[in-house]
Amino acid sequence: MSVSESYTDRSSSTLERTPARVRDFVALLKPRVMSLVVFTGLVGMAVAPVDVHPVLAIAALLSIALGAGASGAINMWYDADIDAVMDRTKDRPIPSGKVSASEALTLGVVVSGGAVMVMGLANNYLAAGLLLLTIGFYVFVYTMWLKRRTPQNIVIGGAAGAMPPLIGWAAVTGEISLFPILMFAIIFIWTPPHFWALALYRKGDYARAGVPMLPVTAGSAKTRLQILLYSLVLAATGIVPWALSLTGDLYGFGAAALGFIFAALAFGLFRKGAAEEADGSHLSAKRLFRFSLLYLFLMFTLLLVDGLMGAPVWW
Amino acid sequence: MPLSDEHRRLRGRNYTVAAILVAMMVLFFVVTMVRIAGAS
Repeated sequence: MSVSESYTDRSSSTLERTPARVRDFVALLKPRVMSLVVFTGLVGMAVAPVDVHPVLAIAALLSIALGAGASGAINMWYDADIDAVMDRTKDRPIPSGKVSASEALTLGVVVSGGAVMVMGLANNYLAAGLLLLTIGFYVFVYTMWLKRRTPQNIVIGGAAGAMPPLIGWAAVTGEISLFPILMFAIIFIWTPPHFWALALYRKGDYARAGVPMLPVTAGSAKTRLQILLYSLVLAATGIVPWALSLTGDLYGFGAAALGFIFAALAFGLFRKGAAEEADGSHLSAKRLFRFSLLYLFLMFTLLLVDGLMGAPVWW
Repeated sequence: MPLSDEHRRLRGRNYTVAAILVAMMVLFFVVTMVRIAGAS
């Protein structure tokens, strides 16, 4: 019996369900994920070499935030059966019966439409198109197509999470150039080691839910090797903006140091991961997962500070 | 008639939806003004 077949939509039972509170709808928008999305989108806007009216900048940020949140709500609607059997997600609004699946879908679709419309009206159609593409990619390509079918789900699906700086840049400049594409690349390459580190110590959860994450399909050893390889590529990609004179030295040194730490932690996981999996501690995987969040935050903080200080060349 | 918990929650939700609609109206108005000012 598949997860879908065994899943009963508790949210559809009127006997059990109490009316959803506002905070349940807010939870559907995945506010923690939204905060990182908003921050990277903000950096994409802030480092762009143009002046933008604060109201239009706020409207763009709001659109990015709502677009991310809405696609999260649609994701929760589609994945309610998976969420119900995973420890990490079983308390989400739909599996816990606080919000019905149809309410979540309605919220997601309406807010998605609103976000794209606001972006188009307040900023430009390129940014609105990119936002629409991102929402569509996350929902149809990642959630509905890849997530349950291939261990490359988060590799390809990671493109959606990497789009905010590109959208932010396009919102204020009306075009796309090399710099925001490099910001996209950093998040895109960061995504697999970030999620695979988590999947290493949540392997049982993913296996139970039938999600073919790499540790489930290829085993932990191969996953640790992939994490190490991606970390090395990430460390190199991180310094490309500086190597191309798109940023100043502050960013260059910071990105090099952060990339080195990321790769060192990945190497530690590669060496000690097997023993830690055997004793159940997963210390290195947990450490790398936590650091990966800090890494992305610090990398984009460096880009922001460097950009505000005035980088040498703008392309 | 005292309100039940369910009524209270529904009323809270309605107020929230109303607040969001008003916020959207304000946003559209302000964005329009900014864009018109920018175009002139």
